[in-house]
Amino acid sequence: MLKNKLVQKRRQPEKSEAIALGAKLKYHWKEGLIKAGLFLCAFLSVVTTIAIITVLAREAFPFFREVPFLDFVAGTKWTPLLQPRSFGVLPLVCGTLLIVAGAALVALPIGLASAIYLGEYASRRVRSIIKPVLEILAGIPTVVYGYFALTFVTPLLATFFPSTQVFNAASASIVVGIMVLPMVASLCDDALRAVPDSLRQGAYALGATQFEVTTRVVLPASLSGVVASFVLAASRAIGETMAVTLAAGATPKMTLNPLESIQTMTAYIVQVSLGDAPAGTVEYKTIFAVAALLFAITLGMNIVAHKVLRQFQEVYE
Amino acid sequence: MITNTQRQAISNQVSKRRTIFQTSNVTIRYGDKPAIRNVCLSIPEHLITAIIGPSGCGKSTLLRAFNRMNDFIPEANMKGQILFLGTDLYVKDIDPVDVRRRIGMVFQKPNPFPKSIFRNVAWGPIVSGYPGNINERVESSLRRAALWDEVKDRLQDSATDLSGGQQQRLCIARALAMEPEVILMDEPCSALDPVSTARIEDLMFELKEKYTIIIVTHNMQQAARVSDFTAFLDSGSLVEFGQTEKVFTRPEQKRTEEYVTGRFG
Repeated sequence: MLKNKLVQKRRQPEKSEAIALGAKLKYHWKEGLIKAGLFLCAFLSVVTTIAIITVLAREAFPFFREVPFLDFVAGTKWTPLLQPRSFGVLPLVCGTLLIVAGAALVALPIGLASAIYLGEYASRRVRSIIKPVLEILAGIPTVVYGYFALTFVTPLLATFFPSTQVFNAASASIVVGIMVLPMVASLCDDALRAVPDSLRQGAYALGATQFEVTTRVVLPASLSGVVASFVLAASRAIGETMAVTLAAGATPKMTLNPLESIQTMTAYIVQVSLGDAPAGTVEYKTIFAVAALLFAITLGMNIVAHKVLRQFQEVYE
Repeated sequence: MITNTQRQAISNQVSKRRTIFQTSNVTIRYGDKPAIRNVCLSIPEHLITAIIGPSGCGKSTLLRAFNRMNDFIPEANMKGQILFLGTDLYVKDIDPVDVRRRIGMVFQKPNPFPKSIFRNVAWGPIVSGYPGNINERVESSLRRAALWDEVKDRLQDSATDLSGGQQQRLCIARALAMEPEVILMDEPCSALDPVSTARIEDLMFELKEKYTIIIVTHNMQQAARVSDFTAFLDSGSLVEFGQTEKVFTRPEQKRTEEYVTGRFG
């Protein structure tokens, strides 16, 4: 830090010399063009976000004119494509939460443990092998995970639990857990690394073992970063689509049994999008209502995660 | 650089007190680069010994060797022997965790844990399974570190809200809570203002009744003010070791004289 400041100080005279030589004029329009181009790129994502929210709102509002909002968010029966129709979204929410809970059960402990191992225990050599492998895990297409759930995890589960259905929440949530694991590991690793080494040294100097230093100084000091990584991972698991569409089934139901077939919000959207629900009908509009709910949940979780993260960044300032 | 007769003279001065650390031919390398070379020292008990010398002379490396903190630097390797009350600190069956419980350390920059004042001082005793009354231990440690009166009404406040000088005294209290025999101080005042520095120096005088203190300092006035013995290191070698008064007023080596009079370093 100090070194950087010194370097900056030393460089400043050169800059003013360049200005004195008239170089500022020559570069001015180029700089402006670059700035405008960069701004457009950054602005594009803002425009996209606004456009998506607008579309969701435009299609979801008419839906709520036909279906009372309370029936939608508090109803426990979801049969929009069958007679008699019922638009209670809770079975889809329940299916989604079942997947998230299962994925969290897999990803959080293993992800945190990997981060602790990589950051605190592993030698540089081991770290240089495991870290890229974790990143490869993050690069595998989600459809492959779905396929993996169907052809490997489900048969494996069936050998232990004979009541396992062909499509079931458990196998989907296990692969979703594996999918978000690299993210948890990487964000937890960042959080652990943000803990200054001087704290570790201070703890060691008091005669603590490595495990005591890790669990009683480093982990508490990085807790908000770790929690934020959990929330972000859960938010990612909620939005996960391909694996749950392939492996979790298409049976919206209120169940906590992970061996049964369920349907998540995302999988329902896929089902209707691929089907032949004509535009403008109420079943067509359901996917926008579900999408709006999904968007609200993940947005809420991301905001929570960033709030928690900000708190943790302030600790060492 | 020290002749045998000089070494004899030093050990005569020291012999009035028990020797707590005896180093012989200690050489520490970082990779291939030697940081200190063939250091032989006898550090007396219940006195303050200062280690002085220009930047990069190996002062901190030597200090960290006394409680095996160099173990955390993978490329560091040590040759020679360090006896702590007659026991070699670097033989296989010595657990560095036990060593650090008996030989505490205070660092250059105050490094309180981001916990409450109370939890900072209680941390060491709790982790090491102290069976007695934690509250009493925290109070006595804070009193000995001359911090109790300033914090007794806000023990549950975050330690990071204290001033720099208070944080450093908290770190001293945290080290004292382990009831060590030795306190190693690595430039403990370099991040502090003169008033806080004076407070820490006063504190050191009180602490030497009960503890042996070894302080690394960049500040020669500080070494002259607080220490009983002074070791002068230059480029990794021990140039001179003796009573502080003598090292500063009648040094035997020309190099020492040049350094303490401010002609280099």
